[in-house]
Amino acid sequence: MSVTPSESTISSLARKRVEELLGEGKRLDGRELTQCREFEVETDLIGTAEGSAQVKLGKTIVLVGIKAGTGEPFPDTPDQGVLTVNAELVPIASPNFETGPPREGAIELARVVDRSLRESKIVDLEKLCLVPGKAVYVIFVDIYVLNHDGNLIDASVLAALSALMKTKLPKYTAKKDGTVTRKSGHSELKIQNMPISLTTGKIGESLLFDPSLEEEEIMDSRITMTFDSEGNVRAMQKGGHGVFTTEELKTLVSTAGEKTSEIRDRLKELIK
Amino acid sequence: MSKKNEVSFFDGKGLRNDGRRLDELRPIELEVGVLDNASGSALIRQGGNRILVGVFGPREIHPKHLALPNRATLRCRYHMAPFSVEDRKHPAPSRRETEISKVIREALEPVVFTEYYPRTTIDVYIEVLEANGGTRCSGITAASLALADAGVPMRDLVVACASGKVGGKIVLDLNDFEDKYGEADMPVAILPHLDRVLLLQMDGNLTPKEFHEALDLAIEGSKRIYEMQKKALRDSYPIPDEPQEEEVVEVEK
Amino acid sequence: MTIMVEKRQLVTPGTLLAEGNYVLGENTFLEDGKIYAARIGLFNSAGRVVSVVGLRGVYVPQVGDEVIGKVVDVGLYSWLMDIAAPYPGVIHASDVFDGSYNPQKDVLSEVFNVGDYVLAEVASFDRTKDPTLTTRGRGFGKISHGHIIEIVPVKLPRLIGKKGSMVNMLKQETGCQILIGQNGRVLVSGRNREDEALAIRAIRKIEAEAHTRGLTDRIRILLEEEKKKGDVDE
Repeated sequence: MSVTPSESTISSLARKRVEELLGEGKRLDGRELTQCREFEVETDLIGTAEGSAQVKLGKTIVLVGIKAGTGEPFPDTPDQGVLTVNAELVPIASPNFETGPPREGAIELARVVDRSLRESKIVDLEKLCLVPGKAVYVIFVDIYVLNHDGNLIDASVLAALSALMKTKLPKYTAKKDGTVTRKSGHSELKIQNMPISLTTGKIGESLLFDPSLEEEEIMDSRITMTFDSEGNVRAMQKGGHGVFTTEELKTLVSTAGEKTSEIRDRLKELIK
Repeated sequence: MSKKNEVSFFDGKGLRNDGRRLDELRPIELEVGVLDNASGSALIRQGGNRILVGVFGPREIHPKHLALPNRATLRCRYHMAPFSVEDRKHPAPSRRETEISKVIREALEPVVFTEYYPRTTIDVYIEVLEANGGTRCSGITAASLALADAGVPMRDLVVACASGKVGGKIVLDLNDFEDKYGEADMPVAILPHLDRVLLLQMDGNLTPKEFHEALDLAIEGSKRIYEMQKKALRDSYPIPDEPQEEEVVEVEK
Repeated sequence: MTIMVEKRQLVTPGTLLAEGNYVLGENTFLEDGKIYAARIGLFNSAGRVVSVVGLRGVYVPQVGDEVIGKVVDVGLYSWLMDIAAPYPGVIHASDVFDGSYNPQKDVLSEVFNVGDYVLAEVASFDRTKDPTLTTRGRGFGKISHGHIIEIVPVKLPRLIGKKGSMVNMLKQETGCQILIGQNGRVLVSGRNREDEALAIRAIRKIEAEAHTRGLTDRIRILLEEEKKKGDVDE
């Protein structure tokens, strides 16, 4: 069951101040409305993972670890590998995160990242099939939020993409009956697309890219749009208790699209 | 299982696999006030979807710590019956249901005057009895009827409809087959009289231009459903046929 | 200045009611200079006030309302009452014992016990605290006989009728005492069960058809026909 969160009682003073600033086209941290925070990427930092990346987007830190192994395919896709995304909002990341099974926020995060990766066909799942119907590669994308300073979705998509780009699959020999045995060596996981998401927050009538935590706490709603390397939309998710006009959405789909191609270029520079 | 490129979405006349035109809705039946124990309720049948919604409240909230001092809490559960899909669905809430419950709640929040009932709860239970694609949209359409039937004060009815892309064409109100094998699915919920978007999700592949087209189509389709919603509400309060001279209704106690 | 709908027209939430210099009445709201309906109900306008007479909705307590509550818990210093509202009612022991209450000696459940119906008045309620009720005053206190039914509270004005015309007719024709709690609970007590059943049938009909015209006449016809039947049977 989804319940109105108690954080929805926000400081009216903070809101007033942010709205005043936004009226002048400014943000609390001095950014322009359509300016994203700088990000850094570090890869291959977890030895036990088949791929890993840590993204710092402003002060938000997200670590993604990739575990790859083998398993049975889903009955409705017997010739495809399995890609699953899970997100943990670990308590060290924010005083508001608690232990226990994932709540709706973590589940939504994982599912939006999952759709962004899956719908853009980031990997060819058919190439991850070992024995049709019996054995396939199973790739777990585990998102670990280490510090929450807003916009977890975009940071997580960046980290997941970076980690997958650096993933090396263990090699297996497979028999017809589906039994697999590990053999030495690794092969590169081939990435065929680079999905980048951009989340826009709405406060009053202002639209701002890459909202910080302070902005998230007072924003009315958000919209995440994920674009593929060709600039097409692959996934969208509106969140929050506010509304968007159709005009805002139509404008965003072009401005956000342009912004994601800048981010993609920057990521390519960072991961070589 | 066949692959996407082997699937055909249209017949020789360009009609969809269930005989519809590109911009045609599935047949929709709406019924208001179907549950005795709920404060408000509604049933929707939309193509192969059959969804029952019960609203309870505003009522006392338990556990008490969920109470908000300045408004009513809105609680929303989207749930699929185990027999509602081909392979039995485990009755425990799945991650998909958790996410859908959240986006539906967020779509309903801006519409309800929750500030009228501080420290209470309004519970919205959406039970999918039979699913054939687009159940979150059908669920929202029925949920707002149930809220209105409960006499919950609200700014407008919320109405939802998906659009998407199948076989290279932008289509309205995708069924399960089109959703599964098509190129894109985009559920949209709106506040009809103000044209505000309350829910928007998308997965698949759309160019920005196709997105514009799909958004317009989903809104246009939603507005057609909005007319049906209003009729269903009016039909739930039948006026006996002998119209007589005007009586003044006393408002004051 | 325009009014978009006719008087007594059934409107749904979001229906545009009027534009221009009108005063917001019950169940309406203003957006971009336009007045919309916030609830399903019948449109009404009187002078410059536009409103919607709601057909559904919960009871929200107001100070001075007479309500019929049911005791759901007995504490050391108060009774907790279900008053068919989103908020529970509270009767403090001091209200009944006049300040002479001694928890070591006096037992609250001997006054009102769990399950008892009590007629009381809303003494205070400001939405930050649950409403307190008082039983001081004539006629208040435990209800010891009769039958209690619940109806949608927004339909009470129709049950009462213009200057009490409807409820008075019901009392007269059925010979029952009818006590209306503002929270939608109605106490019907008559000489026998048949009389009570007839009164309840009529009340249910009023509730179901509250939004229609000519209701008083239809109820009168119902009551007269039923009484005739009764006469023949005897």
